[in-house]
Amino acid sequence: MANVLKRIYIALIFIFLYAPMLVLIVLSFNKSKSRAKWGGFTFQWYTKLLSDSSIMEALVTTLMLAVLSALISTFIGTIAAIAITSLKKGARTLMMGITNIPMLNAEIVTGISLMLLFIFFNVKFGFTTILLAHITFNIPYVILSVMPRIKQLNPSAYEAAMDLGASPFKAFFKVVFPDILPGVFSGLLMAFTMSIDDFIITHFTKGAGVDTLSTKIYSQVRKGIDPKMYALSSLIFVTVLVLLILINILPGSGKKAKEK
Amino acid sequence: MKNKFVKWLSLPYAFWSIAFIIIPLIMVFYFGLTDKTGKFTFANILSISLPVHFKSLLIALLLSFISTVICLLLSYPLAMILSSLNSKNNKLMILIFVLPMWMNFLLRTLAWQTLLENEGVINTILRTIHLPALKIINTPYAIIFGMIYNFLPFMVLPIYNVLCKIDKNLLNAARDLGANEIQTFLKVTLPLSVPGIISGITMVFVPALTTFVISDLLGGSKILLIGNVIEQEFTLNSNWHLGSGLSIVLMLFIIISMIITAIFDKDGEGSAL
Repeated sequence: MANVLKRIYIALIFIFLYAPMLVLIVLSFNKSKSRAKWGGFTFQWYTKLLSDSSIMEALVTTLMLAVLSALISTFIGTIAAIAITSLKKGARTLMMGITNIPMLNAEIVTGISLMLLFIFFNVKFGFTTILLAHITFNIPYVILSVMPRIKQLNPSAYEAAMDLGASPFKAFFKVVFPDILPGVFSGLLMAFTMSIDDFIITHFTKGAGVDTLSTKIYSQVRKGIDPKMYALSSLIFVTVLVLLILINILPGSGKKAKEK
Repeated sequence: MKNKFVKWLSLPYAFWSIAFIIIPLIMVFYFGLTDKTGKFTFANILSISLPVHFKSLLIALLLSFISTVICLLLSYPLAMILSSLNSKNNKLMILIFVLPMWMNFLLRTLAWQTLLENEGVINTILRTIHLPALKIINTPYAIIFGMIYNFLPFMVLPIYNVLCKIDKNLLNAARDLGANEIQTFLKVTLPLSVPGIISGITMVFVPALTTFVISDLLGGSKILLIGNVIEQEFTLNSNWHLGSGLSIVLMLFIIISMIITAIFDKDGEGSAL
């Protein structure tokens, strides 16, 4: 009995979380442009998607931002995480305190603070300003996912490698890096996801003429969302879903899960 | 790894965080404490006492408080159920909550319009089973709904994480010593999960308090939250000084919740990652 109730509860929350996804997928096949009316089934939004240059441009911008900001923030963040763990307690607490600011602060405040920075130093708003902003809010996610891995490291392994004649550089890449790699990877993925889903900070740091998918959708809210956007989001969602399912059932991945 | 060279590696990030975290925050204070001619003033901050601004702050506080409480009430039982499941599903559970993020946040929130509208999906269902229709779109209730929907995962994950870490032997010991299920929960599980609860509360309360998007999309732009007022000062009126002044007020609430988190969650146990 209790088990049935538990399942019903999980199912209800699950419906709550996924109902909007279903709505968007249904809308992507809706012939009517209205969000409230069903006008019959169509594939046209999917076929017209590729020829819509402004949506494609926004998609490319979004992906470029996500890839670049994820890679750069993973690079800076991983080095920072290694360095921060080696600091003395006081300095370490200070650095972690600063790292927590973008995570705990309101996105609107992070957004306007960066906007003011760019205004103050007369930086031209555009792709670069968004990229700088995305790297900034992504680094903490990388640090926080790499840090626990470094704390689990056995320091003697690195020293042993050095004793056996490895250069510090080689010792790092042969001994330390493979151990922290899962953390680095999940940080990278997290950063990529955060960048793709961001609207608020992009909204304040973008210039005229540059649009990500989020800011483009926001500009369409008043006049009505272009149904091609539903088609594109559904495609992205299904792609990610399929990728995740593949990763989870691919042979070998189960072994890694057990090691953890 | 404790050699001098490694310590120097923290410099790039130190520079980055000074340039893009610390200095921008100083900018907020600089603009918030000056007027357009660059003269020092408290007027921007004090403008929070204007009825329009003060009302928007109060509504934001009220709505975010209600959403946080509901999120907590929904999440705790959910986190308990999830943590009692087979722990091999650990990753899958987190995935289920992160997955919706791959559908655009604005579209996801807009989809609730379709669901909640007076002639929307939910009301159609309610009518066919002869229940009274809900009139909640473009009301504060719709905003609360949107907040709960968007921020629920931020409450579930930290609580789930702390619950998973609780040593099952402690629970067995409590039961062996004669505690019933309710006592075990109140004396062992609940106190041990406080870091997760506190972390969840801040992770829901801060974004809910400061949002302008959810109120914009589901409140029919009739209901202004403090976030909407600030956003409009920056994008429509280009009054950065007033916007910064109001942001300083907003930061006060954020800092209070950060301090509370720091007190209760010293080891970062409750973090969602």
